[in-house]
Amino acid sequence: MSQLILFNITNGLIVGAFYALMAIGLSLILNLSGVINFAHGGFLVIGGYLSYTLTPYLGFWGALIVAPFLTAIIGWLVERLLIRRVYGRDPLYSLLLTFGLAFIIEDGTRQIWGAQGLPVSVPAALSKPLSYEFFFITGYRLFMVAMVAVLIVLLFVLLRYTRSGIRVRAGTLDLETVSALGINVRALRSLNFSVGIFLAGFAGVLAAGQLGLDPNMGDGLLMPSFIAIIVGGVGSLTGTLLGGLLIGVAAGVTAVFFPSASDAIMYVMMAIVLLVRPRGLLGEEGMLS
Amino acid sequence: MIKGRTSRLLVLAAIWAALIAAPYWMPLFGGYTALGSRVLVLALGAMSVNFLLGFTGTLSFGHAAWFGLGAYGAGFCLKWFALSSPLGLLAGTLLGGIAGTLLGALLVRRRGVYFAMVTIAFGQVFYYIAFQWSSVTGGDDGLRGFSRQPLHLGFTMIDLLNNADAFYYFVLVCFAAAVGLMGFILRSPFGRTMIAIRENERRARFLGIPVELHIWIAFSLSCFFMAFAGALYAELNNFADPRVLHYALSGDFVIMAVMGGMRTFWGPLLGAIVFVVLQDYLSSVTVNWMSFIGILIVLIVLFFPRGILGLIRQRSAA
Repeated sequence: MSQLILFNITNGLIVGAFYALMAIGLSLILNLSGVINFAHGGFLVIGGYLSYTLTPYLGFWGALIVAPFLTAIIGWLVERLLIRRVYGRDPLYSLLLTFGLAFIIEDGTRQIWGAQGLPVSVPAALSKPLSYEFFFITGYRLFMVAMVAVLIVLLFVLLRYTRSGIRVRAGTLDLETVSALGINVRALRSLNFSVGIFLAGFAGVLAAGQLGLDPNMGDGLLMPSFIAIIVGGVGSLTGTLLGGLLIGVAAGVTAVFFPSASDAIMYVMMAIVLLVRPRGLLGEEGMLS
Repeated sequence: MIKGRTSRLLVLAAIWAALIAAPYWMPLFGGYTALGSRVLVLALGAMSVNFLLGFTGTLSFGHAAWFGLGAYGAGFCLKWFALSSPLGLLAGTLLGGIAGTLLGALLVRRRGVYFAMVTIAFGQVFYYIAFQWSSVTGGDDGLRGFSRQPLHLGFTMIDLLNNADAFYYFVLVCFAAAVGLMGFILRSPFGRTMIAIRENERRARFLGIPVELHIWIAFSLSCFFMAFAGALYAELNNFADPRVLHYALSGDFVIMAVMGGMRTFWGPLLGAIVFVVLQDYLSSVTVNWMSFIGILIVLIVLFFPRGILGLIRQRSAA
């Protein structure tokens, strides 16, 4: 029993880390541009499929690096051509725009790579269990968590110590003043959007190794990211990270006792947060509302 | 002023005349009566979304939840409790409406983008429940084994099940009743207050209007209308599956409202006609209909954010 609980907590942490990676990308875009990116799951799928296509040429490791960058470039183009036009308009329009985009991406993926799911293999070094007693901790799972941790630490370092990162954080709090200080807000938002999409693409590559590929896979991963943001609080990336881990662990632990409710528990947590602390665990009061 | 009023009455008369005559003129354009019923039901859904979006300025992106609950409610009632189409509608409306009202109390604590996000996420709860709880809901396969029942009016019996035209008129009567009630509410002092909140929330607050309470009531009313539409939808298809609860359908309702022209009363009807007919047509000619719908949505957002009616109004004002 205790091994089962341990298994589910570990599993929950891994899944939670994954939610957090996706949610932080969403959160970055939401905080600076006020856009809820419905197509985030779509970009994740693009990242996964690109790595699938690139693996025969670049190998697993090459694709792991290149596919997210390519996804980010696609994201950058989409921002320049479409998303940019709805900044500052009613949030309704950015929601609808990215909703339409999600349709196009899903259908496009199906057109290019086929509607059937595709299996993805990971290097043998990563796929074998690390110990027979804790059989569930495969190398790949640990690798996923490590990659997520590296990316998130890297992102936080960039946000804290680089000029653009500081500008992004300042823009989250008061974009008008940042703009008045002579900073090119358009370029900043572009960069920020691309970074968010990069994270989605990376999440897609990682997810492909664990779950395989399927044109709809983004859909099931989008809702937990929303919940992670709401639980953690809009406006705080640390909150989003915490939210992601929390709902992952909660879902994992619930799976031990009441498996069919493991999806529902996230929503229960969200309801409790909204009831007790509407701004979220670490959220700023009055952000985007 | 008088001229404006007569033209408005003329437009209204034209709308209703077109709807009443639909089973006769639709086949000329390759339509069929069931498609007409579908358009009306989804239009009612889009108008319910717009009741909230267009008239209080509050965007709910999770309204499919109440629509779907209405559908399942009607299905449960017809399957297990009472073989009666009107009772099915009542059961569905109550299930979706009450659930929406209760959750609404929680939802109205947040506004703006946040509200949209919370409504999406909460809407998905019901999707997962319907998906997982297969012993009751039939899971992914959907709720089957019920059908709408003939309508007994005392002096006569109307066969709704086999006569598509009769069912169309049944839907039309329901649609008219719901839309009439909606129009009545919007004309009432309460409706005016909703518009005041949309136009300037801060001012409304200063005038002593309890804004949260009004939004909650408007949200709840909109949920009841939505659930009513959903119950009709279940009786239309004799079937309900989890997709009626999915946020993709919520998005469809919002796009219908925007495409037709939110902030106008009849816009969503127009949007629903265009959207449903287009979707029906595209899915019959190409497997890539999703891309076309996606492109359509993008184009509307970029170039026609006021929708069809908004554009016509702008033209006639200029």
